[in-house]
Amino acid sequence: MDIKVFKDKCTGCKLCQKVCFYDAVDIKDKMAYINENCILCGACIEVCKFDAIEIKEQAPDMDFTDHRGIMVYLETHDGRVLDSGFELLSEANKLKKDLDTPLYALVVGNICQDEAKKAFRYGADWVYAAMHAVFENHFDDIYSKVLVKTIKKVKPDIFLGAATPFGRTLIPKVAAILKTGLTADCTGLAIDSQSKLLKQTRPTFGGNVLATIVCKKTRPQMATVRPHVMEKIEIDAPKQGQFKEIKIQPGHYGTQYKMTGTDKKQEESINLSDYEVIVAGGRGLGEGKNFSMLKELSEVLGAGLGASRAAVDSGWISYPHQVGQTGKTVNPKIYIACGISGAIQHLAGMQTSDIIVAINKDAAAPIFKVANYGIVGDVFEVVPKLIERIKSGKPLIE
Amino acid sequence: MVKIKVVVCIKQVPGTTDIHIDPQTNTLVREGVENIINPFDNYALEEGVRLKEKSEEISQTVALTMGPPQAEQILKDALSVGMDEAVLLSDREFAGADTWATAVTLAAAVKKIGDAGLVIFGKQTLDGDTGQVGPEFAQRMHMPFIGYVSKICKLDRKSIQAERLMEHGYEIIEAQLPAAISVVKDINEPRVPSLRGKMKAKKMEIPVWDRHHIGLDAEQVGLSGSFTQVVKVFTPQSKHEVMMLEGSTAEQVEKLFGKLKQLNVVQGA
Amino acid sequence: MNYFLTEEQRMIVDICKEITEKKIKPVRAELDQNQVFPSEIIQEIGNADLFRLFIPEEYEGMGTGIFEVCLATEELSRGDLSVATSYAASGLGFLPILISGNKQQKEKYLPLLASGQKLAAFGLTEPEAGSDAGAIQTKAVLEGDYYVLNGTKQWITNGGEADIYTIFAMTDPKKGSRGASAFIVKKGTEGFDFGKKEDKMGIRASATRELIFNNCKIPKENMIGREGMGFLVAMKTLDQSRPAVGSQGVGLAQGALEEALAYAKVRKQFSNTISSFQAIRHMLADMATQIEAARNLVYYAAKAIDSGQKDISRLSAMSKVFASDMAMQVTTDAVQIFGGYGYMKEYPAEKMMRDAKILQIYEGTNQIQRDVIALDLVKKGF
Repeated sequence: MDIKVFKDKCTGCKLCQKVCFYDAVDIKDKMAYINENCILCGACIEVCKFDAIEIKEQAPDMDFTDHRGIMVYLETHDGRVLDSGFELLSEANKLKKDLDTPLYALVVGNICQDEAKKAFRYGADWVYAAMHAVFENHFDDIYSKVLVKTIKKVKPDIFLGAATPFGRTLIPKVAAILKTGLTADCTGLAIDSQSKLLKQTRPTFGGNVLATIVCKKTRPQMATVRPHVMEKIEIDAPKQGQFKEIKIQPGHYGTQYKMTGTDKKQEESINLSDYEVIVAGGRGLGEGKNFSMLKELSEVLGAGLGASRAAVDSGWISYPHQVGQTGKTVNPKIYIACGISGAIQHLAGMQTSDIIVAINKDAAAPIFKVANYGIVGDVFEVVPKLIERIKSGKPLIE
Repeated sequence: MVKIKVVVCIKQVPGTTDIHIDPQTNTLVREGVENIINPFDNYALEEGVRLKEKSEEISQTVALTMGPPQAEQILKDALSVGMDEAVLLSDREFAGADTWATAVTLAAAVKKIGDAGLVIFGKQTLDGDTGQVGPEFAQRMHMPFIGYVSKICKLDRKSIQAERLMEHGYEIIEAQLPAAISVVKDINEPRVPSLRGKMKAKKMEIPVWDRHHIGLDAEQVGLSGSFTQVVKVFTPQSKHEVMMLEGSTAEQVEKLFGKLKQLNVVQGA
Repeated sequence: MNYFLTEEQRMIVDICKEITEKKIKPVRAELDQNQVFPSEIIQEIGNADLFRLFIPEEYEGMGTGIFEVCLATEELSRGDLSVATSYAASGLGFLPILISGNKQQKEKYLPLLASGQKLAAFGLTEPEAGSDAGAIQTKAVLEGDYYVLNGTKQWITNGGEADIYTIFAMTDPKKGSRGASAFIVKKGTEGFDFGKKEDKMGIRASATRELIFNNCKIPKENMIGREGMGFLVAMKTLDQSRPAVGSQGVGLAQGALEEALAYAKVRKQFSNTISSFQAIRHMLADMATQIEAARNLVYYAAKAIDSGQKDISRLSAMSKVFASDMAMQVTTDAVQIFGGYGYMKEYPAEKMMRDAKILQIYEGTNQIQRDVIALDLVKKGF
């Protein structure tokens, strides 16, 4: 594995030096030299107009024809399948049309059959269900065992799981056991029309840059996908597919962990993604107590209350309310951003909302670039008036 | 039983995520970007230092990173906040590693360091954002892994009890050592380096290990050892067309109310 | 401008910068509003070894000069003057021990102060003795192995928060300023109490209290230097500490300029950023120039002290008076550049302007500084 500059082709035009993120290109005597900073990302190869740079790699000439289908892992909690799993099934249902392969759902948990069979409503052709009390606690070693076993047996070409806190612990473990590639926290999936490879697109650098990643050498191609980025689509008349119960012998499912306590306190254990409307506040609110105004607006709208990182970091509202790169990713019908400037980190968590309303006093705020409706104005005037308007049901102007 | 070492794995990242691609030249704009310790790793370092300060069971804290030679700087930073030792994994052949190849390389290094009872990661990096290296590393080492740890309740030479942050609340779980964990920012408030720490760090020689030092084959590291590869890097497109609601505040609110009504969110005249 | 700092000096600046950016800026407005003493930040400053700077290595310090203290103070002042004042006031409190204390006193107190575990305070001012420090009325009467203190000190920075106080009291009132002596008094000593925390215009997070002595018995070995030397100890201390007040002005003004500049570059009026208007540009240019001039004077004064120069009163006073007047001007201009927003608490300029005023008043009003400069000038010529 090496990177090489062809001396006869290179003109020293410096394009590669500009594109390189890692200061890995030196230009000497009108010639590019790659130094030890290079991480072989290939950005220079894309930009080079003279095809003067090459990364040599061995062709992964492997036969994966025995791997077929897409398998989606559905996480459960308290006897229920999480929505993030259904979202993924819906997405996989679209992907499978480009591959003409079956769609498998793998449901694991301390759940009942009816719950597991809900997967059919979202397009699963097959449902594999491991239903047993050993899965009560979310221990990665117990879960990975059943996942690995099923994957080895079914041999799917693609394996998807939601990037929940547990998914982000479990799926990497499974990938490591299977020794296959895994792409974390994807926001977009597609099938390459020629190679039929899964193109996995994910944000990096806090959402400022997107990268598309493929896994050529190993199977299954694994990805975790951000919850609430994909849309959950229930099928009108689902066909009843094959239901396979995975037999569990509890003796085989030992664990190296011990649960010594749970604490659901999480103060306001809010789940922002449950709401169709979210009202969110940012630095423009000035101080914590002003969140009461937004709280009132969220109450009259039946909406969830979100916040930017700036507001959370300032201690105005607790972390579970945070939307953005380091907080929750939400995808509501309507997102009302009040006094949020729209830093890219925030946008990363909410820009897939169907309708975005932005209220900000700065007309140049980046939030307006993603908003559908914008109001340039003082949140302290607009929000109370809006609350009054909704409560009274009477027009403010005759 | 010997005392344990605590290894903290850190990464050097660009000091900002405010990086974008110039649409005209299709080049990455990275003016004046300085490299720093991945912010989440500061919590991992702080926790390592605090564990050593509190516990007699820990013989040594070691900061470990894989990166180009300049990544030595973040190890110096780690030493200046109180880590005892540091190791830099740097080799031309490590380049292009995905999370798996990174995990394999770190695992080999941790084995060479020896006696590691606890390996701490930040929950994710600022640039890559995957959070995947920790669990893959733990599997490679056949260690238990506790992710998203917000509090270490107990640590002795044999076991760790930690509170982890899950989607629906907190869980306190216990695992035998050696173990790996990833920590979230609720766990502590990282200190700033001390002057004495900085001066000590400046003087310390940091060992640099290449592939041969940790006994890996060329096929196991870097791009060769990776299962995934990046095929395209691009800037997200904004496709929205914003409609500004103009007028006096009352007029603006009235227009907004109209839109919300169309969307069936509110009722009324 | 890098001022040719050594690597160690740059480390000091870097550490303080990190404290300012990560620990001070996010909370400064709240601390100011609620008048909360920044204990956590002070602890952080202690952990970072910054109280060690001027203390000799034999007492667990780092043995640097006043210049390094100025660098640290300047950078902390860029973040918040309350924090910088609390930091610098501890230095002012231990300087008398450092300058005139005996070996036992140094061994006993300096390591505690160096680590930041304990804070110090300097108690000179009284209700009836401000600029006229010779008029202090607190008395110390020798009774056996103890001095008994009676009287009240006013507006003492770190009052109540500090553990170790250097107190100036009259041991021989008949001799006027030659009858004053300096003492070390520990918090918790019987007969030593605090008045309420003062509600101030600026530096509201710093603690300012009365110290009340009511038959407070302190061991006679707590006297710093000899009887009657108190006033000399105070003056020597203030000569050395004044450049640090100057550096507070430089840092504060620098912080205000940074805020104003950032704002001017984004605020649009008449379809252009206000930083494109000459009226604003010239203000920014003057602010930057004044800051740089003050910084040079402060650095020079600090280096003169560190080089062992004896006659430093004039230079030291100049650095204080120039930098603090400059800070008042620059912070006022910063508010002006912010316009209406500058008058609101939403932006930091307003607080900086309130904070700046104290620099013209404490550690010798600027009028007294001018007296010092003029006296020296008339007596010795240029």
